[in-house]
Amino acid sequence: MEVPILSIVVFTPILFGVVLFFFPAERHREIRIFALAGATIALILSLWAYFTYDQAIGGYQLVERYSWVPRLGISYHVGVDGMNAPLVLLTGIVMFTGVLISWGIDDRPREFFGFLFILATGVFGVFVSLDLFQLFFFYEIAVFPMYLLIAIWGWKVTREYAAMKLTLYLFVGSVIAIVGGLAMYFASGAHSFSLFALEGAGFSVDFQRFWFPFVFFGFAVLGGIFPVHNWSPDGHVAAPTAVSMFHAGVLMKVGAFAALRVGIMLLPEGARFWAPLVLGLATVNVVYGAFIASIQTDFKYVIGFSSVSHMGLVILGFATLNLNGITGAGIQMFSHGVMTALFFAVVGMVYDRAHTREIPKLGGFIKVMPLVGIAFIIGGLVSMGMPGFSGFVAEFPIFMGLWQSQPIVAIIAAFSIVITAGYIMRVIGRVFFGEMPEELKGHITPINTFDKIALVILSGILLLVGVYPTIIAPLVESGAQVVLALVGGA
Amino acid sequence: MSIASFEPTTLLTVLPEILLLALAGIILVVDLASQRSRGLLLAWLTALGLTGILIIALLYGQPGENDVLIFGGMLRHDWTAFAFRVLFLFAAAMTALLSIDVEGVADRGEYYALLIVATLGMSLMASSADMIMLFLAIETTSIPLYILAGFMKGDDKSTESGLKYFLFGALTSAVMLYGFSLLYGFSGDTNIYRLSEAMRAGAVSPWLIGGMAVLVLVGFSFKISAAPFQFWAPDVYEGAPTPITSFISTASKAAGFAVLLRFMLAVFPAIEAEWVTLLAIIATATMTVGNVLAIPQTNIKRLLAYSSIAHAGYAMIGLVALSSFGTATVIFYLIGYVVTNITAFAVVILFARSAGSDEIVDYAGLSRRSPGLALVLLVALLSLGGMPPLAGFVAKFYVFAAAIESGWIWLAFVGVLNAIIGLYYYMTILKVVYLYRSEDENKPITIPRSYALVLMICVIAILAIGTLSAPWLDWSVNSALSLF
Amino acid sequence: MAFLQAHLLTLILFSPVAGGVLLLLIPRERLQAIRWAALFVSLIPFGLALWLWFTYQPGVEGYQFVEQAIWYEAISSSYHLGVDGISVPMVMLTTLLTPLAILISWSIEDNVRSYMTLFLLLETGMLGVFMSLDLLIFFVFWEIGLIPMYFLINQWGSGNREYASFKFLIYTMAGSLGLLLAIQMIGVASGTFDLIAITEKWSALNQSLTLFGLPITLAIGTVKKIAFWAFVVAFAIKVPIWPFHTWLPDAHTEAPTAGSMILAGVLLKLGAYGFLRLVLPLYPVEAKYFAGVLGFLAALAIVLGAFASWGQDDFKRLVAYSSVNHMGFVVLGIAAAAFAQGTMQADDAVIAINGAVLQMFNHGLSAAGMFLLVGVIYDRAHTRDLNELGGLFPLAPIYGGILIFTAMASLGLPGLNGFVSEFLVVRGSWPIFTLYTAASMLGLLITGAYILKGIAKVLQGPLNEKWLGHKMEINRREIIAIAPLMFLMLLIGVWPAWILNIINQTVKLLFG
Repeated sequence: MEVPILSIVVFTPILFGVVLFFFPAERHREIRIFALAGATIALILSLWAYFTYDQAIGGYQLVERYSWVPRLGISYHVGVDGMNAPLVLLTGIVMFTGVLISWGIDDRPREFFGFLFILATGVFGVFVSLDLFQLFFFYEIAVFPMYLLIAIWGWKVTREYAAMKLTLYLFVGSVIAIVGGLAMYFASGAHSFSLFALEGAGFSVDFQRFWFPFVFFGFAVLGGIFPVHNWSPDGHVAAPTAVSMFHAGVLMKVGAFAALRVGIMLLPEGARFWAPLVLGLATVNVVYGAFIASIQTDFKYVIGFSSVSHMGLVILGFATLNLNGITGAGIQMFSHGVMTALFFAVVGMVYDRAHTREIPKLGGFIKVMPLVGIAFIIGGLVSMGMPGFSGFVAEFPIFMGLWQSQPIVAIIAAFSIVITAGYIMRVIGRVFFGEMPEELKGHITPINTFDKIALVILSGILLLVGVYPTIIAPLVESGAQVVLALVGGA
Repeated sequence: MSIASFEPTTLLTVLPEILLLALAGIILVVDLASQRSRGLLLAWLTALGLTGILIIALLYGQPGENDVLIFGGMLRHDWTAFAFRVLFLFAAAMTALLSIDVEGVADRGEYYALLIVATLGMSLMASSADMIMLFLAIETTSIPLYILAGFMKGDDKSTESGLKYFLFGALTSAVMLYGFSLLYGFSGDTNIYRLSEAMRAGAVSPWLIGGMAVLVLVGFSFKISAAPFQFWAPDVYEGAPTPITSFISTASKAAGFAVLLRFMLAVFPAIEAEWVTLLAIIATATMTVGNVLAIPQTNIKRLLAYSSIAHAGYAMIGLVALSSFGTATVIFYLIGYVVTNITAFAVVILFARSAGSDEIVDYAGLSRRSPGLALVLLVALLSLGGMPPLAGFVAKFYVFAAAIESGWIWLAFVGVLNAIIGLYYYMTILKVVYLYRSEDENKPITIPRSYALVLMICVIAILAIGTLSAPWLDWSVNSALSLF
Repeated sequence: MAFLQAHLLTLILFSPVAGGVLLLLIPRERLQAIRWAALFVSLIPFGLALWLWFTYQPGVEGYQFVEQAIWYEAISSSYHLGVDGISVPMVMLTTLLTPLAILISWSIEDNVRSYMTLFLLLETGMLGVFMSLDLLIFFVFWEIGLIPMYFLINQWGSGNREYASFKFLIYTMAGSLGLLLAIQMIGVASGTFDLIAITEKWSALNQSLTLFGLPITLAIGTVKKIAFWAFVVAFAIKVPIWPFHTWLPDAHTEAPTAGSMILAGVLLKLGAYGFLRLVLPLYPVEAKYFAGVLGFLAALAIVLGAFASWGQDDFKRLVAYSSVNHMGFVVLGIAAAAFAQGTMQADDAVIAINGAVLQMFNHGLSAAGMFLLVGVIYDRAHTRDLNELGGLFPLAPIYGGILIFTAMASLGLPGLNGFVSEFLVVRGSWPIFTLYTAASMLGLLITGAYILKGIAKVLQGPLNEKWLGHKMEINRREIIAIAPLMFLMLLIGVWPAWILNIINQTVKLLFG
């Protein structure tokens, strides 16, 4: 009997979370250690799942299937392939580093970690789902805890508003997608929610063209597609650090991934028909997001909008419907996930000490927090697509894919690289270099060991993928092949 | 559907009802016999008694292969009746436990007796196959509930609640009865299952049939608090003793649905398309009115009242789907909804015991006062909102699936968007509970054993229905089959 | 030994950055330890490069010391290195200048560890460009060179460094954006990024409009044209070619001394190298078509650069503009070759390219030398204003001698290296671009003018009182730094064959 690795990965967080609720509220230390243990287990298992994936065999591996509601053809069906294995790993990494970064949370850490872990289970569940009902099930579980996490532990100024806006936006998107999913289920006649059954269902062209926007855009809301992206910057900024890391680093990928799995893979004709629109909107994401980021004065908003821009690249990659673009998008999900987790971790560290995020009021941080500064610079270089880092490895195939499908988009999107370079260097210069303002001098405590470990892990991954793309690219490519086979492209 | 001749074994089919009657009597006797009021004893006795009857009903009350009409066609012994009966018994047992220590009601034997009688009436409602039986059952349910709503004599709101409930109920009952009488007039038969044939034979104009349906619907809509007959609910819910609110919002509503399902599907197949459209409109109005009006509420009982109205709307969508699966989803929805709503009201009762308030603002800091209770409230509200892995999610999912299967896409969209509105106000309550601080944070909330038992059972049920769902879906499907 | 032979290029390429990482282990206060360690680390690639030089076989067709490994198979890019007669001198130049620059940086006090690490990282970037045989790797290393230079200027530069570094960054990134797009297009059109494979199939890619069965929306001809221009612009910014040169004076002037040495000494050559390696072989037709424009711009650079230099009051800025002037010769040679390769004037083209490549090397030496000397004065006097300096010869005779020597090499005095390369360029371009070459002679005249102006203003004339009592003389460390440069300047001047041979053999094969 094989060890059900994926189920353990999926359910470990929520199990730990539920057990956590039984801890006495004051035992902060034990709570944190227990949470870290859970995160570690998830990380190790996700690493295992990632590295034991055999590309030679391909297809879905570590598959488990149990009957759930047989009357309706719903089963609990999980598996990893080239597209979701990196995302599972990403979740493990972000969860682990997020717990490390959250060591300092003093207000009800028990509830914090409990809700965070429920979120993590939802995320893991979506990534490995091979059953449509199951995907929706875990998707909603992944969205809801955001409300509490942001409203309770977030930035006092905007947290209530941002939390409600975020949650309502995401839910509207997901329920619209659910309606689409149900339509697919009934139209297929297969009486099964299994993604395989639905892939082979042979929906009519009109059906696909009608339902694709509902499903794709419903999920892509969480991916941050223009014009339904504006829950994201407020949500990012209002959230506490680890939640921002999760939100931008992982959750937005859940949206994009679900859009791929359910929208593109199940309704390929619809995808082809609507691709120009999606390309157009995603281009707006990329350029507009970068532009808006460059005029922000709040450090965290810069990062928030840069996420909107980079997720635009992911969606662009998907919309090319060719091997390069989809491969690039898959790598970009991983690379951007790690990068933005790093960014938000850094922002959190600066804010915790300076109690302001206004860029004009910051400066000279690299002298007192050199590791943090270097980590941010590395993240910045990734963000600019600098070769030698994972951002380049991800963005390059996306652009190649764009050349093959819509060259104009490639050229327009490329401008965002320059804009990004501009604002990233500006932010680095103003926040980390230069002179530290008087009122901050002497108040900046150094970061603790856990923070350092988290930064090193995240930076290291960005570098590793950058210099050795083989560690991820072939895997993602094999996953992209599966997508292509369904879409019928090349 | 043969009318079986009377055999002693038929009594077994109504064993639960008989036992209920006996239990009511026992309660009254115990109340008289005991020296001083023994609230605790009575409550536990009721609860245990009801549980016992529930077990017996589960074991012996299952219908056989065919659905039979018994007692001269008065009742129908089928899965629908069975499923609903179990539901009512469960709800009543929980209500009994929740009534312990509630001021003004707990130590009165009549309270529990009335509760049991109302349950008896509901059980009959679910199995009635004859219009006269149906009317009797409805009244048997309603009159005790009117009294129970106004039970707290000294409380103005309670009295108002009881009176309003009574007046409104009596009015709508009268209209419904008129509809029944017309039906009898045009068909010459009181048996529900023969009505439709008789009417066809008599070539009754569809307009007339429609008119009769509308009249009948008035009564049913009142019972399930559907628009436009929903506006008794907030006042009644707010004023009644909270355990009764819980009971009315769950069991009574479910009973109304049982009747609605059985009656509409059996009596009016001739104008199916028309009443289904009408119901779709009613469902839309109900959901929207319920959700939108819930938003500005400051009293949690009123908010839950409006939320209950909305839920009636969601459940109706399944009936609009007009399919066996659709009807099954209605029943499943009710199962999930009953368990969830009881949980929510249980928390309200517990909080009111310690804090003496039903205002939402006073719930601030509940998560620090009693993290466990806050969590239970979280589970209940999320289930009402339709979040996995809780019962509400699958319930809504199935209902919307049924709508889409039958082609009611726009209704499904209306439903999902309404669900979002619902989430908004549920989340706002949770925000108050988890985020806002108050000076009373350090005063703990006592949770007596009986309440803890209820909470535990209900939370486990919510989770079980939400994650496993298959067993209950099977029940619902079987029940639906017997209605089709 | 076999390992060395098989992986020589990789070792040369990565030893700087590996050393740089090791440097990070030294505690940041141990300044001397860091400096010596950095110097030591930088001598390793130099030693290996010497080995490379002596084991390289001129005249053998194709690339030598080739290494290839899997890197990014998904998009058909591999880690592919190799050298030929054009790149070997460049590698030599880079590995030579870096230790010297590090030696000059002894006076840096601030954040020495980061400084040295950035330098070594920069070296890897530059070496990578010269050695790569895969377009993507080329681009990767091209970009890697950018960021360290940005920080070097931004953190350790002088007065106007923020502006200068930012301008440098944005200009070069804009250029490399074009480079990126062009490389992407080439990759998509030919299905691989491998330079050797591309060169083979590139000219054949004329007919088909569809690729891999996918109709692409651009015709191949258009793809090629766009890529050509993107390349040209990117490299033109780097070289720099007028009018894309405006980043250079600011960047060179504001950079710390060692930064300017490397910037002028090596980084500018990356652009020219790009022309030689990519533009000419891949686009002979387009290059020929536009060679006239390029020649014109080259002449402009020579003349206007010289005039601009002449008009400067800032010593460093004078030398900066002189780079524009000298690089103009490189471009002239390349333009001439572009125009004439494969034709009857092919021999002249060969001569012109020889001159161009040698000029690249020579200018590397002389520019580095000049900046080094400017830096010496700046270090002592804390001013670069020529009007403030003056009459320093008696105070610093050794310095004066070295300055004159180096300036003469820069000017192109026969007997020193500058003359040889400039002569070759002129000789080669005259038959092809007579007008432009004539104009560049005018430029040479002005070159003399500004060089002499520089020397005169610094060394001769009335002594500014405030320098009395200051220690103005060049010290031993700085002499050691410039000595190899001076030696090479003389050697090439009197006996150029040892380097010309290597260059020529390859140039003949490629452009003959």
